[in-house]
Amino acid sequence: MSKTVKLVPPLTDEEVTALEMGDQVLISGVLYTARDAAHQRLVDLLAAGRELPVDLSGQILYYVGPSPARPGRVIGAAGPTTASRMDTYTPALLAVGLKAMIGKGKRSPEVIAALVQYKAVYLGATGGAGALLAQRIKKAEVVAFPELGPEAVHRLEVEDFPAIVVNDCLGRDLYEEGVRRFARSAGVTR
Amino acid sequence: MRQIDATAITEAVKELAMAANYQLGEDVIAALRRGAEEEESPAGREIFRQLLENARIASKERYPLCQDCGLTVVFAELGQEVHIVGGDFTEAIQEGVRQGYAQGYLRKSLCHPLTRQNTGDNTPAVVHTEIVPGDRLKLTVVPKGGGSENMSRVFMLKPAQGWPGIKEAVVTTVREAGPNPCPPVIVGVGIGGTLEQAALLAKKALLRELGRPNPDPQLAGLEAELLQAVNDLGIGPQGLGGRFTALEVHLLIQPCHIASLPVGVNLQCHAARHKETVL
Ligand code: SF4
Repeated sequence: MSKTVKLVPPLTDEEVTALEMGDQVLISGVLYTARDAAHQRLVDLLAAGRELPVDLSGQILYYVGPSPARPGRVIGAAGPTTASRMDTYTPALLAVGLKAMIGKGKRSPEVIAALVQYKAVYLGATGGAGALLAQRIKKAEVVAFPELGPEAVHRLEVEDFPAIVVNDCLGRDLYEEGVRRFARSAGVTR
Repeated sequence: MRQIDATAITEAVKELAMAANYQLGEDVIAALRRGAEEEESPAGREIFRQLLENARIASKERYPLCQDCGLTVVFAELGQEVHIVGGDFTEAIQEGVRQGYAQGYLRKSLCHPLTRQNTGDNTPAVVHTEIVPGDRLKLTVVPKGGGSENMSRVFMLKPAQGWPGIKEAVVTTVREAGPNPCPPVIVGVGIGGTLEQAALLAKKALLRELGRPNPDPQLAGLEAELLQAVNDLGIGPQGLGGRFTALEVHLLIQPCHIASLPVGVNLQCHAARHKETVL
């Protein structure tokens, strides 16, 4: 049975391994943002043996490219972007202690295996709920790579940010199993 | 000859671009409400609730519905008795997009296809102009998100593949797209014409109001058959499993070459944004 879990990063191995596919989570505290360009930079730094500008151990990365904030607002619409574009970079970040990522869409078998190996999870947020999710973001500031503009790494402070556990530490995948539960045909073409 | 000023076109496109990004159509909202009631998956119902709340906040607070404010597609139906004065017709549309995205705090999501350098103002919009009888100009602005456009396909089928082949093409497209186009989706299907025409028909099919049946009863029946096949996949809201993979399937057809059977399948996410006006 799926449950609702409140999460406050940094996350411990115990907290992460207790999460099961299908659980709803509500995150409060800090999220770091990163898209393609920031991932490239982070992984390049690791490959060069350099330190990362933010300590990712126990942290959650949110794959988001918000719309511009209106004056006086914290952020614009801020829903998840497609996670698969980050797949090639992800195992290296998990190896340095990243514990969760929030995005939308499927992850590669390599990422799913790395989640098992490093005890981490992939969370899905509702794609296209950018206005709703923006309400849960209370603060946003750039903490690395300001030259990347909207793609810079931001530190967000969130309250009850909703997501669902898609891939857990046991290698399970809600995109596969949830669909299997409701499929009435393997598709007319299989 | 009726005259329309280029600045009126710019103004109209600017307003439409903003309105489309902030206000989900009533027809889409009604479809989401139905999903919130009828979806069998609890997680799916929760997603419908989130999407309805999202639409409410976006319209009230003038947030974009989605941070991907799309590549702007503009359909212009230009009456042949209209004379555009005071500027260049196409540039007037581009300027409207430029102003709408800047003044509306909309994300600029266009880049050079090779260098990937952002164009900075969400132009150039893709403009489809049709000359029609009359002295009016109808403008439809469609911000099209990358997630759902990326999972769209064109198939050049063999005529012998017929309806089963078309159905397979549609189901394959939706199945392979999985969670990526932000289901529940609307599926636009264009059958006939040429390679580009099938794709264009598919995109135009997305503009039909939800809840309004296809005026051709035969096509309406085929749409229902495709919707059933697509929803039997069980992909559900956000791909987490459920009954509502698609809200509707819309078909548009036109004759094709005797040797061809082009099929375009254009996926539209639940953020089905389009607004129109007549000048
Ligand atoms: S597919 Fe649609 S709802 Fe999803 S992120 Fe793209 S524009 Fe937004």
